[in-house]
Amino acid sequence: MVSGMATKQFKLPDVGEGLTEAEIVKWHVAVGDTVEINQTIVEIETAKAIVELPCPFEGVVSELLADEGVTVDVGVPIISVDVGGDSSGAEAVPREEVLKEDLVPDAAEEAAADAEPEQAKRQPVLVGYGVKPGATKRRQRKGGSVPGSGAGAEAGAGLAGAAHAAGEAHTGGATHATGAAHATGATGAGHPPPAQGGDPTLSVQCDTPPPSPTTEPVDNFSPLAKPPVRKMAKDLGVDLRTLRGTGPNGSITRDDVQAATGNGTTAPTPPAQTGPPVTAPSTEPAPHTPPVGDRVPLKGVRKAMAAAMAQSAFTAPHVTMFHQVDVTETMATARRLRELPDFADVKVSPLLLVAKALLVAVRRHPIANARFDGDAVVMNPSVNLGIAAATDRGLIVPNIKDAQSKTLPELATALKELTETARAGRTTPAAMSGGTITITNIGVFGIDTGTPILTPGESAILAFGQIRDLPWVHEGELAIRKISALALSFDHRVLDGAEGSAVLHDIATMLENPLQALAWT
Amino acid sequence: MTIDSMRATPRPGEAADPQFVQLLTPEGERVEHPDYPLDLTPDDVRDLYRDLVMVRRIDLEAVALTRQGELGIWASLLGQEAAQIGSGRAMNEHDMAFPTYREHGVAYCRGVDPLNLLGLFRGVNHGGWNPAEHGFHLYTIVIGSQTLHAAGYAMGIQRDGVLGTPGAGAAIAYFGDGATSQGDVNEAFVFASVFNAPVVFFCQNNQWAISEPLERQTRIPLYQRAQGFGFPGVRVDGNDVFACLAVTRAALAQARDGQGPSFVEAYTYRMGAHTTTDDPTRYRHKADEEAWKLKDPIERVRSYLVRNGLADAGFFDSVDADAKTAARALREACLSLPDPEPGAIFEHVYAEPHPLMTAEQEAFAAYLASFEEVTA
Repeated sequence: MVSGMATKQFKLPDVGEGLTEAEIVKWHVAVGDTVEINQTIVEIETAKAIVELPCPFEGVVSELLADEGVTVDVGVPIISVDVGGDSSGAEAVPREEVLKEDLVPDAAEEAAADAEPEQAKRQPVLVGYGVKPGATKRRQRKGGSVPGSGAGAEAGAGLAGAAHAAGEAHTGGATHATGAAHATGATGAGHPPPAQGGDPTLSVQCDTPPPSPTTEPVDNFSPLAKPPVRKMAKDLGVDLRTLRGTGPNGSITRDDVQAATGNGTTAPTPPAQTGPPVTAPSTEPAPHTPPVGDRVPLKGVRKAMAAAMAQSAFTAPHVTMFHQVDVTETMATARRLRELPDFADVKVSPLLLVAKALLVAVRRHPIANARFDGDAVVMNPSVNLGIAAATDRGLIVPNIKDAQSKTLPELATALKELTETARAGRTTPAAMSGGTITITNIGVFGIDTGTPILTPGESAILAFGQIRDLPWVHEGELAIRKISALALSFDHRVLDGAEGSAVLHDIATMLENPLQALAWT
Repeated sequence: MTIDSMRATPRPGEAADPQFVQLLTPEGERVEHPDYPLDLTPDDVRDLYRDLVMVRRIDLEAVALTRQGELGIWASLLGQEAAQIGSGRAMNEHDMAFPTYREHGVAYCRGVDPLNLLGLFRGVNHGGWNPAEHGFHLYTIVIGSQTLHAAGYAMGIQRDGVLGTPGAGAAIAYFGDGATSQGDVNEAFVFASVFNAPVVFFCQNNQWAISEPLERQTRIPLYQRAQGFGFPGVRVDGNDVFACLAVTRAALAQARDGQGPSFVEAYTYRMGAHTTTDDPTRYRHKADEEAWKLKDPIERVRSYLVRNGLADAGFFDSVDADAKTAARALREACLSLPDPEPGAIFEHVYAEPHPLMTAEQEAFAAYLASFEEVTA
């Protein structure tokens, strides 16, 4: 590497119309590699898709600025490439020269302007809507409509409000304690990329949520006000976040803004009207503010889980039934199966026999494998058996396609592949779609039973609890037996209580006496 | 059940053995069709090959630029090059095309600078070319509405009284399989049919309307729909540039002669995502893509050229080099596209000066001027 070589940084772009972040899945290059324009350098996962990013420069990779598995905000540099040539002017990307000032007012920009008044050049804005607040900077108005100190005071007040909302003291916008990403965003505005990229981990490992591109950068709170009112407030130097709205839905009206100026202050004490408390006074913490805690942003799989579970729980009326079952014979059967050459290469787990029992029960009661579709119940032609899997990244439910047509060894193989793939984090979206019924093996967590939530679009889910040695009445006498518990949640729009009971009872019967499965297949 | 066994019964909307006009097989063998004779010189074929390679390369560059944050979004034409080049090269100077937002290949044929297309998706212009100059309307984002524009334009041609003369042009409307479910498209069919308008409805059936498969659009092959509206429909191998050229030529010629509208279904496949914001692995099988890869529109022309000794390695290398150079130049030009002046938005709202617009423009200019200049 020649000293004085120019370095260019590639900032994470918004590759999907309005995305704000993406996870680094896999680097395809390492430090020292030579890269060409459009060579695939990294795979990222956004809320929409896994995509490969092509390199916009050619040169030698000098640094990878984000680790695999880390979620990075759009606009944060992820790789540095030595592009050769003279370092002077290397950062003078044409984009920067031609970009005009953004006209969107933004308190963070003002904070930035206050903190770094000499910085005038704007960062290149990545096309798309995922513009980082702080990537733009508002200019001063002429004629003192915003006093020289006003911008700072305004920004400071805004930040103070936010900090109090978080129940935390602070002294200045740029030192906002919890918002590493925000501080980066604020102070980074106008910096050349190396300054911002000096410690990229600062922002990518931050626990606070990324700033929403359209709301205030210091928290998620944005006061309701119509655009003309916002403009008026801006012209008068009134920070809307310090006001309490009296309009519909607590929105701030012209009168509220005018009242604020009448008080002769840019951060007036809120009027005494009842209404939604939109902000805390700027000088003392609100007494009802909950204690601050780390915010762990919902991302990727966990975000998907949250959405799927909420959708399912609030659209499908669930019923859950429980059944304790003596699985001593199932365990014995599993042992005997393991000795068969057919199972030499696969694992014969109790889960395998539970899966088989479920498949037999579905064959006897196909309704359990149906799905609700508005004005009809659709009988799925095949059983795509979902297996809930806990992975490092969260809950996923890949499914075994056409499970009903598989022999027991085939089913065991499919189960093995499914779990190994899930564990390795290589489960494809296709493997997770099209499921028709699910088993969740909560026994592995040492739990007896629970009330599972349906996988969206399915009508039944079976929870298989842990197997414990328990006292049990067996053939008229107390005995120590292997006992487990089954829980079946089902969509009551699809199955009635009798059908749900029959499914669960059939499964239990087969686990108590595996021979029964032979009779039913 | 495997993919193959699922395929054993044809999906609705997909004939078991699609009967279509094909003049060049996927293996690059020339075949004849009684209704569509086509005489091409070796130069013609080489030019078509060059067109196909160029538009694929331009498209790839645009996808890469999107992935690098330089464009907001891009709808790739990958896999549909033959349908676009074949039909695009079938047009004459008087014809007018009404594209969707994916017709980069047609735009290329009509002499529209690809930089304009990139500018649109970079958000610095609204297309920026003069449709009348190129016989190529601005991109239409709303699904299917351009078919009505085309039908209306075609009815205008009728009223100009030029049909059947050498100066006659026709309209050609581009749309996809998904658009056939739109009300606008069906209305356009009705208007075109009952007024016998000189318009060709050129449907690139790429099998997917974003994530919705063809079977969610139709229960019969799409070209058969035309019969119900009262004009002819034909299905053409959309990955065969010769067939697309011949069939579109014939359809346009009929329209210019006053024989009314027709429907061309170019049976093809969208090899990429719907747009750069889409992830097709979520809804379709890799096996489908692999099967269509064997029908690649460029490979078959290349095979034909090689098979018949019409081009050597030097030719292919030079085309590739030209494509690479063009892509590089396009990239650089895209990166230095200027942002429009903030006031420019007011300039093209009305064709002529408009008092309200003038007032708003002045007020906006005054607002902008109210900021202090910042010294860098």
